Amino acid sequence: MTENRIKIALNFAATGILALFLWWAQDFLGGYSIQILNLIAVNIILAVSLNLIYGFTGMFSLGHAGFMAIGAYACSILIMTPGQKEMLFILQPAYPWVQNAQAPFLVAVIAGGVLAALVGLLVGAPLLRLGDDYLGIATLGFAEIVRVLANNIPRITNGALGFKGIPDYANIWWNFGWCLFTLYVIYRLINSNFGNTLMAIRDDEPAAKAMGINVFRYKLLSFTIGSFFAGIGGALLASLVSTIDPKMFLFTLTFNVLMIVVTGGLGSITGSVLASIAITILLEWLRFVENPIFLGDYELKGIPGMRMVVFSLALIIIILFRREGLMGMREFGWGRLLGLVHKRGEAK
Amino acid sequence: MTWAMFVQHLLNGVTLGSLYALIAIGYTMVYGILRLINFAHSEIFMLGAYFVFWGVTLIHLPWTIAVVLAIVSIAGVGVLVDRVAYRPLRDAPRISALISAIGVSFFLQNVAIVVFSAIPREVYRPAWLENVILVGDVRLLPLTLLVPVLSFLLMLGLVYIVYKTKAGLGMRAISKDIETSFTMGVPVNKIIALTFGIGSALAAASGIMWALRYPQLQPVMGVIPGFKAFIAAVVGGIGSIQGAVIGGLGLGIVEIMAVATFPELAGYRDALAFILLIAILLIKPTGLLGEKLEDKL
Repeated sequence: MTENRIKIALNFAATGILALFLWWAQDFLGGYSIQILNLIAVNIILAVSLNLIYGFTGMFSLGHAGFMAIGAYACSILIMTPGQKEMLFILQPAYPWVQNAQAPFLVAVIAGGVLAALVGLLVGAPLLRLGDDYLGIATLGFAEIVRVLANNIPRITNGALGFKGIPDYANIWWNFGWCLFTLYVIYRLINSNFGNTLMAIRDDEPAAKAMGINVFRYKLLSFTIGSFFAGIGGALLASLVSTIDPKMFLFTLTFNVLMIVVTGGLGSITGSVLASIAITILLEWLRFVENPIFLGDYELKGIPGMRMVVFSLALIIIILFRREGLMGMREFGWGRLLGLVHKRGEAK
Repeated sequence: MTWAMFVQHLLNGVTLGSLYALIAIGYTMVYGILRLINFAHSEIFMLGAYFVFWGVTLIHLPWTIAVVLAIVSIAGVGVLVDRVAYRPLRDAPRISALISAIGVSFFLQNVAIVVFSAIPREVYRPAWLENVILVGDVRLLPLTLLVPVLSFLLMLGLVYIVYKTKAGLGMRAISKDIETSFTMGVPVNKIIALTFGIGSALAAASGIMWALRYPQLQPVMGVIPGFKAFIAAVVGGIGSIQGAVIGGLGLGIVEIMAVATFPELAGYRDALAFILLIAILLIKPTGLLGEKLEDKL
């Protein structure tokens, strides 16, 4: 067998093992553990999409929360029943098209992604001319504008109250299905000519321009694809947590995704995956410091805010001492694993 | 709108604007020198407010001493943030320092939540600040007059430091070209530390006056004013102190006036600044008074 075939076989095997694991998990793990697994899948989608924009194309975007909000609202409106929406919109009745719109979950999630991508295209076209930190602050401004809008168009978003009781269709199969799809698409993109072009732009934009690359077009495409998956992630998250409101989409949300991407390594997909797993579990695990702990009759008071103290500190330490993150720009792939096996064999 | 109403709104706008301006100066000075958006600046502003009111209510310090102590210690915090989180990254890509700044911002904010708790606290103002002054039909709180005057004095002090002292000369030199300044014997790190100290002190002063004007303390109180002040700095032309002052005052007046004229748009108030930011960046990225920063190839 050629090496390529081995890799494909290994990929299928890994997917199969993941499926078996999920199948086992849904029967044997408690609701809380399954929720963490779900969050991991969604975080992988979010992190990989931001990594495409920032890690691979070098566009410092802080607008992820805005695209997630668009995906989340669009998907929620489509999967709630008209009756549910009638009960929900107590401030002002929803517009008839919001009231009556309904779609199956798959269509709703895709609609969320497509809407986010469209907005990404519209916003990206003017903004991507800006460089580095100006792009960051402008996209951050965009995300804030989305949030303020969500607060102020109650006939579509139900204003500050947001949505409650969004149907929880996003089970582990949907989440991991989307997660694998995202990974596959972005992996294929990165390892194509398109990906090489993106990385050329990241590494040296003037040189890329001089080689005749239409930098703006590639940047815009990368930004739009990233926005699409951010919208997908937001849509899944809405169905997963079943409650959304404008406050959920504060800058903190973008910060969490950025944290995962930086920890995993800018420009490493496997890094983002590993960091998503590690950070999601750590964030949940650290919840215990925020909740009161009972030791017999004694109660240790929880410390609210401690979780983010630990995490922001971790981010600072990573950026100060290991700027390239866990993986740097490397990938952890079958090739390296196989290489390891071969070396072992030769040593014997 | 009656004449008296107009004057009142205008003065409120000037008050708000001078608070923005004081914060914006810190952003613009640091950006001018390091090309870094100091995200932690809004938390410095918040800490300034907390320090004073904890000094007054817990340790029972007299107001003046509490204010001076708070401003001095906040200047120290600013220098410390630079030393720990930014200085090691001077040679790193610019975005690394920016991510570090975002990290510091979240860190300080959440430390404040841990130490002070997330529950908003009411600020007890000294009684003499509550007497309404009547000038014709215009009703004024003493702070509406005091804030712009104090801010103006602080800015005069700053202009003196930047344009009349040796340290100020150093600052201006570094903002033109950091490497050449270094080879010419400018103590770069000391001057940068001083810049952070001065910027932080001004932000602390702004935070204290903010808490008196809008009497509530909470750990996230700095986020929105911080963003807006940064936007004011960009609008005025980042790197330019005069620009920061004009941008701050302008933004304050526009915000208050817009809401006063179109009350139905009040919900969009926080978006106004961001829309303005994006518009300015697209039309005139250098701002009103900014110099063109050369892209180095």
